[in-house]
Amino acid sequence: MKFSEAWLRQWVNPSLDSAELLYQMTMAGLEVDGTEPAAKAFSGVVVAQIQSAEPHPDADKLRVCQVTDGMDVFQVVCGASNARAGLITAFAKVGAVLPDNFKIKKAKLRGVESFGMLCGADEIGLGEASGGIVELPANSEIGADLASIAGADLPLDDLTVDVDLTPNRGDCLSLKGLAREVGVLNNLEVTYPQIPAVAPQIDSTFPVEVLAREQCPKYLGRVIEGVDLSQPTPQWLTERLRRCGLRSVDPVVDVTNYVLIEQGQPMHAFDLSRLQGGITVRMALPDDKLTLLNGQQIELDEKTLVIADGSGPVAMAGVMGGEHSGVNANSKDIFFECAFFSPLAIAGTARRYGLHTDASHRYERGVDSQLQHQALERATQILIDITGGRPGPISEALSAGHLPKVAPIFLREGKINGLLGIDIDPTQVDEALARLDFTVHSRGQIESGVAWQVTPPSHRFDIALEADLIEEICRIYGYNNIPISQPVIRLPLATVPLQTHSEPQLKRQLAGLGFQEVVTYSFIDPAMQKLFDPEMDPLILANPMSSEQSVMRTTLLTGLVDAAKKNISRQQTSGRLFEVGLVFDTGPKDSANKGLVQKVKVSGALWGRRQDENWCETSDKVDFFDVKGNVEALCSWAGITVEVSSTNDVALHPGQSAQLTLAGAVIGRIGRLHPSLEKKLGLPEVFVFELDGRAMMSRPSRRHHGVSKFPSVRRDLAIVVKREVTASEVVATVSNVLNENCVGIMLFDVYQGEGIDSIEKSLGLGLTLQSQTTTLTEEEISALAEQAINALAEKYQARLR
Amino acid sequence: MDIENILKRGREASEGAGDLRSLDDVRVAYLGKKGELTSLLKSLGQVGADERPKVGAKINEAKVALQEELAARKVTLEQAALSTSLLAEKLDVSLPGRRPATGGLHPVTQAMYRIEEIFTGAGYEVVSGPEVENDYYNFEALNIPSHHPARAMHDTFYFGDGTLLRTHTSPSQVHTMEKQAPPIRVICPGRVYRRDSDLTHSPMFHQVEGLVVDEGISFADLKGTVIDFLQRFFEKDLKVRFRPSYFPFTEPSAEVDVQCVHCMGKGCRVCSNTGWLEVMGCGMVHPNVLNMANIDTEVYSAFAFGFGGDRLAMLLYEVDDLRLFFENDLRFLRQFN
Repeated sequence: MKFSEAWLRQWVNPSLDSAELLYQMTMAGLEVDGTEPAAKAFSGVVVAQIQSAEPHPDADKLRVCQVTDGMDVFQVVCGASNARAGLITAFAKVGAVLPDNFKIKKAKLRGVESFGMLCGADEIGLGEASGGIVELPANSEIGADLASIAGADLPLDDLTVDVDLTPNRGDCLSLKGLAREVGVLNNLEVTYPQIPAVAPQIDSTFPVEVLAREQCPKYLGRVIEGVDLSQPTPQWLTERLRRCGLRSVDPVVDVTNYVLIEQGQPMHAFDLSRLQGGITVRMALPDDKLTLLNGQQIELDEKTLVIADGSGPVAMAGVMGGEHSGVNANSKDIFFECAFFSPLAIAGTARRYGLHTDASHRYERGVDSQLQHQALERATQILIDITGGRPGPISEALSAGHLPKVAPIFLREGKINGLLGIDIDPTQVDEALARLDFTVHSRGQIESGVAWQVTPPSHRFDIALEADLIEEICRIYGYNNIPISQPVIRLPLATVPLQTHSEPQLKRQLAGLGFQEVVTYSFIDPAMQKLFDPEMDPLILANPMSSEQSVMRTTLLTGLVDAAKKNISRQQTSGRLFEVGLVFDTGPKDSANKGLVQKVKVSGALWGRRQDENWCETSDKVDFFDVKGNVEALCSWAGITVEVSSTNDVALHPGQSAQLTLAGAVIGRIGRLHPSLEKKLGLPEVFVFELDGRAMMSRPSRRHHGVSKFPSVRRDLAIVVKREVTASEVVATVSNVLNENCVGIMLFDVYQGEGIDSIEKSLGLGLTLQSQTTTLTEEEISALAEQAINALAEKYQARLR
Repeated sequence: MDIENILKRGREASEGAGDLRSLDDVRVAYLGKKGELTSLLKSLGQVGADERPKVGAKINEAKVALQEELAARKVTLEQAALSTSLLAEKLDVSLPGRRPATGGLHPVTQAMYRIEEIFTGAGYEVVSGPEVENDYYNFEALNIPSHHPARAMHDTFYFGDGTLLRTHTSPSQVHTMEKQAPPIRVICPGRVYRRDSDLTHSPMFHQVEGLVVDEGISFADLKGTVIDFLQRFFEKDLKVRFRPSYFPFTEPSAEVDVQCVHCMGKGCRVCSNTGWLEVMGCGMVHPNVLNMANIDTEVYSAFAFGFGGDRLAMLLYEVDDLRLFFENDLRFLRQFN
């Protein structure tokens, strides 16, 4: 909220300068967000009237005005569009000093002499620039010194302070509350204004029935007859509102706003002639509707507390009044409402309807439940001082049992010291409790020291527990006076799992393989999700920031491909990206048993050259085997043996993609993006992988198995097989038949083309043969090679080339 | 006898050999099977018996002399050949080397790992939690009931079924306390989400939550831990101040300001000329939160703190726009490798 520092100081005035006072408030938890000058000192500016305003002979936008201060007439050249004959305005005479020491001198504007300046509100520090000069009320006294008028009530040298209050400090959402807090901090008495009861002049009341007693424990009403709303709100009041960031509207709104700012009590005024029957405070009924003061038409839900009359709802309780029943310039008789609504009844209402008002802001944080009489008396007195009128008696509908109850709280010295890590003198606690206006019912000695029984005052509805009291004591004690220590802890050692790698280890491994980590959004474009995972229903955000970020990712590939695309458009012709993060898996489409699984995935994307361009060798573009090779390296780091098989993934190239399975379960997919997808997204060839994070973070249990002492021998075989026979089938067959005597199989050549039948291909296999127990003889070696060839011939009709 | 003569010619031939091959030709011509000196030795039978030993010795002398000569010449020629080839193999060592592809970790990850290392070094455990949460863990169990005004401080993303994206990493406090009995010392780094986007806000960002539950844990311990952490993270002897604040799940609660790491408190653009940076929230865990987790508040007390990983990364690396972290521009990311 915004408040005027000068106004605050009229209530409590510690000997601190502005900066010190605001620092003190910030350090007490009332965070000052900013300040701006509320007004600035100036002199020599008077109230004056424009007698005539003629066009400047030599300038289109200027006017030559004759201005009177009641004694003399001055010629003033003015550029404001609202400078017109009859207007009463602010006139800075020659010799006047405006804020920031701006001195007014006699001047000649385009050849016409000007004796002074007509001022805009901003030029005399009394408001914001409006593009025109000040328009003063018609009844203003011509010739009066404007500085002494503007500064009559509050000095001109003032700040508007914006204080950002935390939700627990609803008690500080008023000048009264802030003054009380400053009083506590400085141990000073606060001078509150005297608010005597206004004697009723008439007997009129308006019937009020509260049905929702829990939601509205207290409802005060008062009829005031015969108000004259054509009367202007006095300058002292509008100026106070202005310095607290509120604009003047009409006397009734100004007065309720004043009481809101000063006392922290929201009020509402109805035009009595527009109310039918009587007031009922109740929960909204089905089909209840209301047109609000701001013109908005609302259908009320049944969780909404309303003020209704015989015709239906006339106000949304604690949030906003209705248009029809509101006070207007012609209203004669009004009905003031001043209620205590329970925070729970109002909380959420404003948000549900997207209406945030000063009233709802206060009610949902809590208003002092003992404040209503005072506030209503205050409002009545100020209003009738302005508009005249005859007040009736205050009527009250009270359900005392539903008012907030304050049970005494037990406070222990030992707990204070233990929780804060201090050794406080109990008399400091006594003093703090007294300053905070807490009632101490008893003070005694228990085992852990002194114990108090305390009840907070009604305005501290945020205090209910011992911890709440300790926080208050801590604030008074000063957070920065609490000593600094280190926790004393037992020291068990860390567990370092043998079976798993950590996520940091996985990421560092990928970085070591040349991949750059990216962090992409967890919410993605549903269209992209569909392209990559059409089989899966994504989790849909009910309130996304935009439609491009409206579903939760089921794959990291959308984000990676998007990052690749952006980088390619930034001329990054090659790149390797990876991300490790959660995907949100709702299971396959249409599956009956849906449950969200949040899984870690590790994914990557590669495009462009295999190696950076360099002087010594040419580099090809990355292809399927780059992505596969990296994934193989990662799998062997994780100690898992995966099966790679062709797959039918709509997002991937049908001939250059594969799925990875581990013990029968699919744990990943790799391959080139489907060319039609590349085209759609405007991408070059991009290769991707997506792997299950859990699988990739397993750690191999390595065991030493000895190294053969006998020499190894290499035998190369060139065989011809049908094209559809896969390399891995050939390797697996050889490996199986040769068993432990074959320690390595290297596929050194794959050839199809001239010299080979078009349905066949040739594979070059380099076998490394070695025995653990003996040096292999030439015969044994030949026999092993023979075995391999025979097995391949039998299984795949392979023959030597 | 022309022994002397042969030796002389042999020596000249050796000297005249320009390379190892012609030097070998010389060896063959004089010392080979049919070489001149070898032939001479073979024809020793024709020499008279009394002369024979003397002549034989002479021939052998010549043979040894020529062998030595050839050996010496060979060393000379080899050295010359080596020098030539060394010269020929000379590289421009200023040419760039062949580098393996280099990758790297995202700067926020790097900052988060730095944070993790600081805490795990002191015996904290790193835990992680789900990002899609339910209302209970994100709010209720943290003492934020459904109508609490503090919910307005969290612009929450919801799903149709009432689940939501966690708005802070604090739910991990609750998960941890449900799973584990005190003593507890954990930090929980992770992604969090709020409906907010501008220069300093991203709808997705990173937080680190810390929680210590044990006997005798105090606000003084919290202050000590927070100050220690900030000074170690930035490796600077920074001033730290604590301001009363409000979080429903801690009490007392504090907002932590650290002396501006950029200007060391003198006032600059980074700290909006205040000399201070607001970097974290913390407090003693609220008794309602501990009670809900079945932790006896008469035996145990706890502190918790939470801060933005991206915010600390921005300060550490002098990044002035939060959104840069999520644009994934390689030219930006590679600056941190």
